[in-house]
Amino acid sequence: MNNKLIHWFKYASPQSFYPLAGKMIPWFWGLAAAFGVVGLWLSFFVAPTDAQQGEGYRIIFVHVPASWMSMFIYLVLAAWAGLGLALNTRLSGMMASALAPTGALMAFLALWTGAFWGKPMWGTWWVWDARITSELILFFLYLGFIALQAAIDDPRRADKAGAILALVGVVNVPIIYFSVKWWNTLHQGSSVSVGKSSMAVTMLWGMLFMALCFWMYSIAVALMRVRAIILEREAHTEWVKELNEVKS
Amino acid sequence: MKPRHKRAALIVGGLAAIGVAAALVLNALNSNIALYVTPTEVSQGKAPKGQAFRIGGLVKDGSVRRDNLTVHFVVTDTAQEIPVAYTGILPDLFREGKGAVIQGKLGADGLFVASEVLAKHDENYMPPEAKHAVDQAQQAAQQAGKTSAR
Repeated sequence: MNNKLIHWFKYASPQSFYPLAGKMIPWFWGLAAAFGVVGLWLSFFVAPTDAQQGEGYRIIFVHVPASWMSMFIYLVLAAWAGLGLALNTRLSGMMASALAPTGALMAFLALWTGAFWGKPMWGTWWVWDARITSELILFFLYLGFIALQAAIDDPRRADKAGAILALVGVVNVPIIYFSVKWWNTLHQGSSVSVGKSSMAVTMLWGMLFMALCFWMYSIAVALMRVRAIILEREAHTEWVKELNEVKS
Repeated sequence: MKPRHKRAALIVGGLAAIGVAAALVLNALNSNIALYVTPTEVSQGKAPKGQAFRIGGLVKDGSVRRDNLTVHFVVTDTAQEIPVAYTGILPDLFREGKGAVIQGKLGADGLFVASEVLAKHDENYMPPEAKHAVDQAQQAAQQAGKTSAR
């Protein structure tokens, strides 16, 4: 085994990850705030009015980053879950549980802002097209994951059951992403994909900065949540009892 | 094989199996997942008969005609056309030359009586000045095409 691998496994233990996460959290909050300020400024003051949709299109600056994050967080959650199943590491399951509520929040935001956008532009709050329905399934997958883990008392077994659910659900993510290509949908195609964009440049920058803000926010809250989970699950151990924040 | 390699292989194999199963199911359900049919598919008899369905296409330029509260227009996919009658409020983005998804029933006379009209917009976002420039460029290209055809 080389040195790098040992290093990684060191931080795979909750005891050494707990203080590391604590050190990283303020940085991610800072980045989230910085990207958020720039992103909102671009979104509201720099990005031009849209020729078709007027000012109403500006909801895109929340809708698209939230939708991206809802899919991306699910992939990360499933990767942690799969890692936990394969390597039997404790931290993996905790990371998966820590990500789930934020993913659910993002999926809900995507659906909610989508409904608010759909009413004035399309003429309906909701339509059962492939993109919207598969995103709703993603939201239910998050809720199902949280509920399944909460229903099993033994956290190690809860991790395993949740991991299987999370891995099976991965199949939904490409369906969401490609739904607008594969089927006739009311939802329009992707405005932005790797190397191609059909948006005015300042609009695109606003959206990318908002996406970075959502990304940093998600990491910050997931790390805070994983620290809480570590304390909860390791409450019986000596190192937790020795922590300053636990003693006082 | 170490146990963790075995488990990793199981996970990868399981995911692949689920992926294949999902692909087969989605492929089989293909026509049911589509939100709407196109006018060409309607002319080929692919639309459900005697029940409501949705058609999608472009609102033909110059076809919108208002008759009291009822709006008449033609929806087209540039190959086939279907006349539509709709009584109700149209969405703001409903425009000639733009996309629309219309729910309703196809009458024996070929008139599609709509119960709901939704606007379908494209994925392009640009300021009005840019839109104006694009429109002008397109017009210029069309003009050039016409003169060269002569």
